[in-house]
Amino acid sequence: MAYMHIGKDFVPPDVPGKVTGKIKYAEDYSREGMVYARLLTSPLPHAKVVNIDATEALAMEGVIGILTADDVYPDGETNSTGLKILTNNPTIVGEPILAIAAIDEKTAETALAKVSVTFERLPFVLDPLESLTEGGPDAYDGGNSFVFRQGFASEKWSADQVASFRAGNEPTAEPQQTVAYGDLEAAFASSEFVYESTFTTAGYPHQSMEPRSAMAYWEDGKLYLHGTSQSLSALANDMAGIVGVPKEDLVFINVATGGGFGQRARANSIPSMAIPAKMSQKINRPVMMRVTREEEFTFGGARVGFQGWIKTGFKADGSMAACDVYIVSDNGGKGGGGDAYSAADCISVLYQTEALRFRGTGIGTNTGHRGAQRGPGQNQIAPIISPILDKAADSLGISRLEIRKINSAMTGDVGGAQRTPFTSAYMPEALEMAASRFNWEDRQSRRRQRNGSKVIGLGIGQGYHNAGRSGMDGIVMMGPDGRLKLHNGVGNLGTYSYASTSRAAAEVLKMPWESCDVINGRTDNNLPITSPQDGSNSTFTNTRTMWGAAQDMLAKMKEIAATDLGGSPEDFDIGDERVFKIADASVGMTYAQVAQRAMELGGKFTGQSDLPEELADFTLISVGRLAGTGFMGVYHDPRHEGNPPGFTVTACEIELDTETGKYEILDMISIGECGTVLHPQGLKNQLVGGAVWGIGLSGYERHLYDPQNGLPASTGYWQSKVPTILDTPSKIQTGWVDLPDPENPVGVRGIGEPAMGAVSAALTAAISDALDGHIFNAAPITADMIVNHVAGVSSEAVPLAQNNFRG
Amino acid sequence: MEANVAVNSKLTRRRFIKGVIASGAAATSSGLWYAANGQSGPAGAVERMIRLNVNGQTRTVDVAPQETLASTLRYKLGLTGTKIGCNRGECGACTVLVDDITTYACSVLTHSMKGMRIETVEGLESANGDLHPVQQAFVEELSPQCGYCTPGQVMAAVGLLRANPSPSREEARQGLAGNICRCGSYDSYLDGVMRAAQIG
Repeated sequence: MAYMHIGKDFVPPDVPGKVTGKIKYAEDYSREGMVYARLLTSPLPHAKVVNIDATEALAMEGVIGILTADDVYPDGETNSTGLKILTNNPTIVGEPILAIAAIDEKTAETALAKVSVTFERLPFVLDPLESLTEGGPDAYDGGNSFVFRQGFASEKWSADQVASFRAGNEPTAEPQQTVAYGDLEAAFASSEFVYESTFTTAGYPHQSMEPRSAMAYWEDGKLYLHGTSQSLSALANDMAGIVGVPKEDLVFINVATGGGFGQRARANSIPSMAIPAKMSQKINRPVMMRVTREEEFTFGGARVGFQGWIKTGFKADGSMAACDVYIVSDNGGKGGGGDAYSAADCISVLYQTEALRFRGTGIGTNTGHRGAQRGPGQNQIAPIISPILDKAADSLGISRLEIRKINSAMTGDVGGAQRTPFTSAYMPEALEMAASRFNWEDRQSRRRQRNGSKVIGLGIGQGYHNAGRSGMDGIVMMGPDGRLKLHNGVGNLGTYSYASTSRAAAEVLKMPWESCDVINGRTDNNLPITSPQDGSNSTFTNTRTMWGAAQDMLAKMKEIAATDLGGSPEDFDIGDERVFKIADASVGMTYAQVAQRAMELGGKFTGQSDLPEELADFTLISVGRLAGTGFMGVYHDPRHEGNPPGFTVTACEIELDTETGKYEILDMISIGECGTVLHPQGLKNQLVGGAVWGIGLSGYERHLYDPQNGLPASTGYWQSKVPTILDTPSKIQTGWVDLPDPENPVGVRGIGEPAMGAVSAALTAAISDALDGHIFNAAPITADMIVNHVAGVSSEAVPLAQNNFRG
Repeated sequence: MEANVAVNSKLTRRRFIKGVIASGAAATSSGLWYAANGQSGPAGAVERMIRLNVNGQTRTVDVAPQETLASTLRYKLGLTGTKIGCNRGECGACTVLVDDITTYACSVLTHSMKGMRIETVEGLESANGDLHPVQQAFVEELSPQCGYCTPGQVMAAVGLLRANPSPSREEARQGLAGNICRCGSYDSYLDGVMRAAQIG
């Protein structure tokens, strides 16, 4: 289909501000009379605050006020694991206990040093298996596990059960959660090749470049909060509840966000923004709270780690008959996420497993705030299972590309425990495109070629994430100047989807992009509700809402034209910013004239009546403020059917040095399968950005804690290394299948998360290939692990251990 | 491969730390951080008015002895385009040019900047508003993602191209090696640098 905007590059309106430094992040703002808050954070991994004496601090010149957990929770903290604004019950090092505001940061910091906090030390734990062991320490006050809607629980295995698991055997303890489909026993019985092993994947911090600084002030009863978020209106909607202010009285200002990656999608993962808001309310001054890199690390979030066991069976024809996976999730100090089930779901989707059983238990450790991180679950399992697929292929005499094609998800297939049909799926096409553009078959002759200590490895991998939600709202406006105002509540975290999804509305109204304004950046710009922007969903979700709002405006345009010019709405078409009679194009009205008439007519044309009944409260507030101010198109998006998948396929070639354990990625290609391409440059950026994240996941990113005291040992970029430009290929090739999805009006689906999983899968496959098929059953695979393997020794001081120096 | 990477030997981390210690800042690492960022300096510290050459203009500013250039630029001169990502010389978000040399503004003391020519991302646009070729190329290649590292990437690229107007892609890669992009937009930044070299 020939589109005017869809599939075309454009300059998102914020890009010039990014290259000139003019765009503002939360910390770039200041306000007359602004004071500065600094945090006193927990020095202990697990403790209870017994007493706070701030007398001396508060007597200091320049100190304005103090904020404690008792201030923000006068009725006491809720008995749950989630991150609080401030707490008296820290379960991670660095958790905010109190804040002091002063005329400058130095004074605030000096005052903090004069605050006497008495802590009661509590047992802490870094390794979930240590906590699971009978008599082992618990990360939380109420146990070592927290189940949503059920509360705290204490999960304990016998020492023998833990030892058996560490020794590489299937866990025998009862899991918290079991999900299964198909006849697992029969499927294994029909398998020609069966692989079974324990495995680990590491947790590691998000490390967004912008620390989560925030500034707040109150004016005329409204809270103005400058913060950071990857989901502008969705996060503001919930942040109002956290601060305790009516939604209509919170103005959340967030023009640009310096990275999210899952940790700034929802208000409850970044409640620290409420600290300056509450402090400002208390002391009646604007409050800036700058967050340091160390603080960003300690309470800023991290990926859930896995200690697991997997058994897979493949039939002689290469199809995956069965997968049995048991995962102990390291949920950290604040409760974790649903990564483990998502990992099993990913296996089912990507490899179309005939029978699957997932068993999972989530265990707390005092190792940071774990939660959603780019592909939570899907991307941990991708690098684990890819080398297993290769081993099966080699064993069954099937090519490694062919075994993936055999197990591919296609339109008409289903996936996951719910056996949900795909809205569309073109994995075979993605595999074929990657293979052909990478000359995969021709490169096979280079496999395992040696040059001194260096050896070539080839890898191919796949990534998946569910990539689309629905049920949100859309608003478009037009004034008498005829310009189209695209009200978009999507956060600006660097994907440019706030702008690219808006183009679906411009497409409907055949509007030149130059005549459109994207309205975004702050909630008093009157934005509709969106889904939280996690799970690769923005593209699918918000093109639907923008399209729908524009369709509403289009129908109203034709109705106005029919009223004024005679005939029925069906007699009219649009083009060149005019509504005109199909029979005689000279009879028509400009968009500006239509908008003027709409404002004269009022009622449904200006949002004053006949609104969709299902609009969210948040949207209704925005619509109420806009009503009567212009010509309005407004829409509530109904739920879609099926699973819109985002898929990526990556192929790579590496040269691995068996003497140093290091490898260089000689070449890499990533192919996106995400429906119609919405914004080619944006898609390319997601693919190359995901590649860099995949390189980190498979290569070196991890959490390290001091086992003696539970102190984080990797609180910055230096100790918790993220990939630099020198760790990544000079050029990453990209491409896309570009076939439309029927559940989206412009055919698009999301891609951000699978772009990472495919690369990590391809890399571990390539490492395994270079080492004659050895499978590490781990991510990351660090240089020392490779060197130790080549030397014939184990890297594991404590098998399956996580998070600490011993593991 | 011998890449053309500019390094300012006068502005080493060692020199920075020695300067901070000499200024009497707190000895702990966190104290060092805040001392270097205090708006008005620690109690008893004497601010001195110095003149800085920033983006071609002479700016007079009160500076505490231990104050970093990043802090001065952002919090006293209002040049918030220079970002602070780590404040300890790890990420490169605060990269500026000092006498044409790429420099981490978080890791040099402002009082050591006297007589030097400081350029920040705000100083690159021409008087008529035209973007610098690097900025223009970064727009055309959609190099930024979240944009937080972008001012630093821009300044690193400008510094590289002044020293080496026609770098190979590998030389450009080495030239940007001091700047982390957590979004992973390295490929697009490299595309931008190569385009900027063509625009000249």
